[in-house]
Amino acid sequence: MLKDPMIPLKSEKELQFLRVSGKILSKVMQELKSCIKSGISTAEIDSKAFELILKEKAKPAFKGYKGYPATICASINEEIVHGIPGDRKLKDGDIISLDLGVNYEGYFTDAAITLAVGEIDKRVGQLVKVTEESLALGIKEAKVNNHLFDISHTIQSYVEKHGFSVVRHFVGHGIGINLHEEPEIPNFGRPGEGPIIKVGMVFAIEPMVNMGTWEAKILDNGWTAVTKDRLPSAHFEHTVAVTSNGPEILTG
Amino acid sequence: MPKEELIETEGKIVEALPNAMFRVELENGHVVLAHVSGKMRMNFIRILPGDKVKLELSPYDLSRGRITFRVK
Repeated sequence: MLKDPMIPLKSEKELQFLRVSGKILSKVMQELKSCIKSGISTAEIDSKAFELILKEKAKPAFKGYKGYPATICASINEEIVHGIPGDRKLKDGDIISLDLGVNYEGYFTDAAITLAVGEIDKRVGQLVKVTEESLALGIKEAKVNNHLFDISHTIQSYVEKHGFSVVRHFVGHGIGINLHEEPEIPNFGRPGEGPIIKVGMVFAIEPMVNMGTWEAKILDNGWTAVTKDRLPSAHFEHTVAVTSNGPEILTG
Repeated sequence: MPKEELIETEGKIVEALPNAMFRVELENGHVVLAHVSGKMRMNFIRILPGDKVKLELSPYDLSRGRITFRVK
């Protein structure tokens, strides 16, 4: 199987910049985690994220990307991804997925977490835990000489084993000089398929997992995706560099 | 931010339906139900039957689309 010529390989110098970008993202994400509580609006979280990123001398990657209006995506419960921050306030029992991108000197990193607000339903808690675990398992497969869809297959089988479903309308992606680069990294697939993974590839791996059906629909705002059956969805993401020593999480 | 899996095609507006929905005939003859994208609504771009438009279809539901551009 030939290496896909369109997947960019990053040099060590570029990786250094990406590491800094990833560290900034990780720091901002940690601070955002601590402000998640019942009563806060998603717009307030968004403002905080914007401030924090600017303080680190970096720029938000999402703002203005294909017209996206905010710094973060804040997706609550049945919202899968691309929830636009606004006046909606968090309440006990909600789960909120925060997706954030950082542009440091032209180097992009992207990560997401799903958090519980107060006490959540046991099955919802499982959904969040399984999604996070599937990301960790997927990342382990991001090693040299594996096929790309080994990552996809690992995520899919782990998620489906627990009775949940993987979203198919949205996929992970290469990242580095642009927010979205080749290749597309679905969260479902057959092992042993897809391009061979090489040193220098940088992936944004992001399982999006639904409690019920995998099907999604886009709301009238043209951005926010919700589950067709309105059951909750969780999302975790890391930017991962492929090195000769195995996968290196840049946004951890 | 995840990338969206999409197929972009062109079509002609056949019928206007309530709630900014339209029936669109694609180049291959298929007729799909499409809604207007948020960006077009925000910019008050009007669409009428007979207009040629660009739309995005999900590979998982080829009978529905999102109108993203009105061609001159």
